[in-house]
Amino acid sequence: MSEARKHILGAVRRSLKREQPTAEERRHLEARLADPQAGLIPARGRRPHGEQLDLMEEMLVELSATVARLPGEEAVPQAVSDYLKGENLPPKLRLAPRDDLRGLPWDSQPLLEVAEGIAEEPDSTSLTGAFAGIAETGTLMMASGPEAPITLNFLPENHIVVLRASQVVGAYEEAWTQLRRRFGAGVLPRAVNMITGPSRTGDIEQTIQLGAHGPRRLHVLLIEDGPGAAADETQTPAAGNGQAD
Amino acid sequence: MAEVSPRVGLFVTCLVDLMRPSVGFAAVKLLEQAGCSVDVPRAQTCCGQPAYNSGDRADTKAIAEQVIAAFEGFDYVVAPSGSCAAMIKKHYPELFADDPPLRAKAEDLSARTFELVSFLTDILKVEAVESSFSGAVTYHDSCSGLRELGVEAQPRKLLNNLPGVEIREMEESNVCCGFGGTFCVKYPDISNKMVSNKAGFIAASGAGTLLAGDLGCLMNMAGKLQRQGAGVRVRHVAEVLADMADEPAIGEAADEESIVEQSRAS
Amino acid sequence: MQSTSPAFKENARSALADQQLQKALQNVKSGFIGKRAKARARLPEFDDLRDAARDIKNHTLANLDFYLERYEEKVQASGGTVHWAVTAEDARAAILQICRDAEAKVVTKGKSMISEEIALNAHLEEAGLDVVETDLGEYIIQLRKEAPSHIIAPAVHLTKDQVEADFRHHHTDLPDERPLSEPTQLVAEARQMLRQRYLDADVGITGANFLVAETGTSIIVTNEGNGDLTQTLPKVHIVIASLEKVVPNLEDATTILRVLARSATGQEFSAYTTFSTGPRRPEDPDGPEQYHVILLDNGRSQMLGSEFEEMLRCIRCGACMNHCPVYHAVGGHAYGWVYPGPMGAVLTPSLIGVDEGGQLPNASTFCGRCEAVCPMRIPLPKMMRHWREREFERHLSPKAVRFGLGLWAFFARRPALYHRILGLKMRALARLGRARGRFDALPFAGGWTKYRDFPAPQGKTFQQLWAERQGAEKQNGGPGR
Repeated sequence: MSEARKHILGAVRRSLKREQPTAEERRHLEARLADPQAGLIPARGRRPHGEQLDLMEEMLVELSATVARLPGEEAVPQAVSDYLKGENLPPKLRLAPRDDLRGLPWDSQPLLEVAEGIAEEPDSTSLTGAFAGIAETGTLMMASGPEAPITLNFLPENHIVVLRASQVVGAYEEAWTQLRRRFGAGVLPRAVNMITGPSRTGDIEQTIQLGAHGPRRLHVLLIEDGPGAAADETQTPAAGNGQAD
Repeated sequence: MAEVSPRVGLFVTCLVDLMRPSVGFAAVKLLEQAGCSVDVPRAQTCCGQPAYNSGDRADTKAIAEQVIAAFEGFDYVVAPSGSCAAMIKKHYPELFADDPPLRAKAEDLSARTFELVSFLTDILKVEAVESSFSGAVTYHDSCSGLRELGVEAQPRKLLNNLPGVEIREMEESNVCCGFGGTFCVKYPDISNKMVSNKAGFIAASGAGTLLAGDLGCLMNMAGKLQRQGAGVRVRHVAEVLADMADEPAIGEAADEESIVEQSRAS
Repeated sequence: MQSTSPAFKENARSALADQQLQKALQNVKSGFIGKRAKARARLPEFDDLRDAARDIKNHTLANLDFYLERYEEKVQASGGTVHWAVTAEDARAAILQICRDAEAKVVTKGKSMISEEIALNAHLEEAGLDVVETDLGEYIIQLRKEAPSHIIAPAVHLTKDQVEADFRHHHTDLPDERPLSEPTQLVAEARQMLRQRYLDADVGITGANFLVAETGTSIIVTNEGNGDLTQTLPKVHIVIASLEKVVPNLEDATTILRVLARSATGQEFSAYTTFSTGPRRPEDPDGPEQYHVILLDNGRSQMLGSEFEEMLRCIRCGACMNHCPVYHAVGGHAYGWVYPGPMGAVLTPSLIGVDEGGQLPNASTFCGRCEAVCPMRIPLPKMMRHWREREFERHLSPKAVRFGLGLWAFFARRPALYHRILGLKMRALARLGRARGRFDALPFAGGWTKYRDFPAPQGKTFQQLWAERQGAEKQNGGPGR
C-alpha cells in the first residue's frame, strides 16, 4: 500500500503545483499544530461560570434530557433510586468502575442492585462520571479509559451521569485544553464521546423519536461542588475532575 | 436631489424590450421622477445570460464586451431586472479574470450597475413614489435579485408607502418559481412542478395582483396562473410604482398606442 | 453503484408521477428548513463561523500533503493503521482483506457515504459476509435494496406506511398482529432487531466526518448511537474516509462542528460527536482491538487545484439539497448516483465523469439557495456552470440546444440586425396574440406551453417605441425637462 501512498501524495503535490512545503512553510504549519488556537467562540460559551451552570441545565432540558441538582455526591444513591422509581425502571445499576462512585453510600438503597464494569445486554441503566460538561450546547464529554468504559454510554437504555459543577465549562475549547492537560498534547484516549441529549432519529418521516439505538433517557445529576475551573483559566482542574483519575 | 442630474443608461433587458416595453417606460418614468436623465443605448441586446448559463463562454464574453462598450460614460446603469443587473454586476468581472484591461472595465461597469428598485431606494434615497394603484398585492422575490443583490426590503418599502396598496405575503416568496432561463424548457416537468407550487402559494395569499422584479419569472408565473384560470393579475413591480398599471397585465390583451402615450404623459 | 444519472430527465418524470414519493418529499421542507433557520437565528456568530470554517478548510487543502502525512503518523502512534487507497477498488480490496484477516462473518456499518461511493456492501456480500446497516434509515433501505436518497436522511423518500410494510415483510419472526403504524413503534422494532447484530459483529465499519492531524483522530457525528455501538463492540473498527476530511487540530474541527449540525438538522449539536483515536489501550475494558483507516482518493487529488477545488470543503451536511427546489420536486434517486442535490450535481461529474454525470449540473435554475445556506460557503452554482462550460467545450450539450444558442448569439452580437429582425417578429407575434393576450400553444416553445400559457408581446419593441418617443420629442423641441 505504500505505492498508493506515494501515488496519492504525488498527485496532491502536483495539484498544489509544488513539491514538499518549504522549510519556512513547514515551520509555520508545525507552529500552528503545536499551539492550537481557539477560533471564534460564541458569546454564549463565554458567560461567567454561574450562568454556565444554568445554561447547561437549560440546554439539557431542551434536549429532552433531565437534570437533578444535588448538594453533594453523597446524595447520588438516593437520587438514583428516586429517578428509577419515578421513571418506573428496574432498580438495577451498572456502575462505571471508579473509586469515587464505588465509595458512595449505596448501602442506603438496599433495594438497588449495583454492579460494576462494562455494559452488557440486558443492562437497563448505567451510571457514569463525565470528563466535562459543556454549557454552550448542554454537551457531556466522556473520555474513555479503565474507569470509563465506552459501552456504558451507549448500550443501556438509560444513562445517568454524575457531573460536578466544577466540571462545567462554557465552550468546547476549554474542554480540549483540559483534555490536553490530562492526556498530553496531541494524545487522546481511544474514545472521546461528546453526548448531547439522548439518542434520537428523524429517519421516519423526519419526526424526532428518542432512543434509536443508544439511551432513550439521559439523566444528569449535577453536583454543586463550588466554583469551577472555568472561572479561572489558570487554575488546575478540581480534584477528581477527570473521570479517569 | 443632486444639482446635476445623474446620467443613467437604461439596460432595458431583452425580455422587456421584446415582450413588455411598458416595463421599460415605467423604469424611465421612475428614474426621471427621481431626477435622473435617462438614455437608452441602441447597441444593447441582452446581458448574455443564456450563453453564460449554457456554458458558452466565448459568446458571453463577446456580448459582455458589447454591453461594456455601450454603457461607457454613464454615471449609472440601471436594469428593471435583478437577474440581468446581477449578471453585469457580479459575473462580468469574473468573465474577464485573466484579461486585466477588460476586467478593469467590467469592474468599473459593475460598480455603476444597479437593479431598478434598489437603485431608487439605496442610491437615490427615494422614500416613496406616487401611484394611484389600489389593491392587495403579493410579491415574489426573484432569485438573482434576492440572493445576489439583496433586493428584498426595497420593493416592499416602496409598495408599503403607497396608500392604496396592501401587501399580502405568500408562503415561500423567496423560493424559485422554476423559470431559470433555459431551465424551464430544458426541464419542463420539473419547472412545472415548481411553478405549480408557486401558483398555489400565490393564490393562497388572496392577493389580486402578483408583483416581481424580473420579467422572466413573471411570464412563467403568469402563464401558469392563466393556464389554471387563477384570475390573479401579474405585473412587474415598476408598473405599479410608476403608476402605469392601467396597461393590461402580463398575458392580457395589449394596446400598444397607449404605452407611448402613458410614458409621455408623465 | 451503477449510475443512472444520464437518465436524469426520465428519472425526474417518474419521480414527479410517484404520489407516495411526492408525499414523502414534503418532509424535506418541513423537517429541515425551519429548523436550520431557527438554529441560525439563535447563534449570532453563525455566519462568522461559516467564514472561519471556510478558511480552515482552505488552509488545510492548501497544505493537504502535510496534514495527511501528519495524520498518518499520529494514527500509527496511537496503534492504528492507515491504508491509502487510490481508487474505489483499492478501498474495497483493503477492507475485504481486513475482514478476512479477522475471520469476520458479520460486519456492522454506521452510515457512510464513502461506503456508498465505493459500493462496499455488494463487494463484501459477494465475498460471503453478512453486512448489516445499523443507521435506521440505512437499515430500511438495505431491506428494500435501495440506495440512499439523501446524504443525511437516507430514507427520506419513504413514508411510514412503506416502512411498516417493509418491516412486516422482513421481520417474520415477530407476531403479525403487533401494532406498527407509529414512528415510535417502528423505531423500537428496529432497535430490537439490530441489538443482537451489534453483539454478533466481528468488524464495525464507520465513515468519518473529520480526521484530525494533531491527534490521529477520526470523528463521527450521529444522532442514533448506532455508529458508536458499531465501532465499539466488534474487535475490529474500520474507518473509511476520503482525503479532504482532514483538519489540522481539535479547535479547527470544533469550529466546523459548530456549523455542521445547525446546517444539517437544525440541532445545536448532534447527539453523539465521537472522537476515535486508535484501538483500545491495554488497560481499557472495552473498545475494538484493531483500528484501521482507509484513506480514499478516488478523484479528490484531481479536484484539488482545479475549478472544483472548493467542493472539497463540503462537510456533507445536506443543507444544499434541503433547500433545493429541484431536489424537493424529484427527490434524491432521480440524480442517479450516490450524491444528490446541488452538491451531487457538482461532485458526481467530478467522480464518475462528465459523460456520465453531465445532466446533473444542468438541472438547476441557479436560484442560489444552496450557496446561500452552505455552511462552507461553496459556490455551488458557479461550479455547476463550470461543468456546463466543460460540456459545451467538449460539444456534449445537445445539438438542438447548441443550434438555438448559436442562432440567438448570432443576433445578440449584432444589435442593429437584432433590433430589426426581432422587432418584426415581435410585432407579428403580438398581432397573433392580441385577442387573448397569450398563447396556449406555440411551435417553438412546446416545453413552455405544455404546462403554461405564453404571454403575447405587447407589440412594438421598447427600442422601437423609444426611438419614436425620441423622434417626437425632437419635433416638439427637445425633451423639455
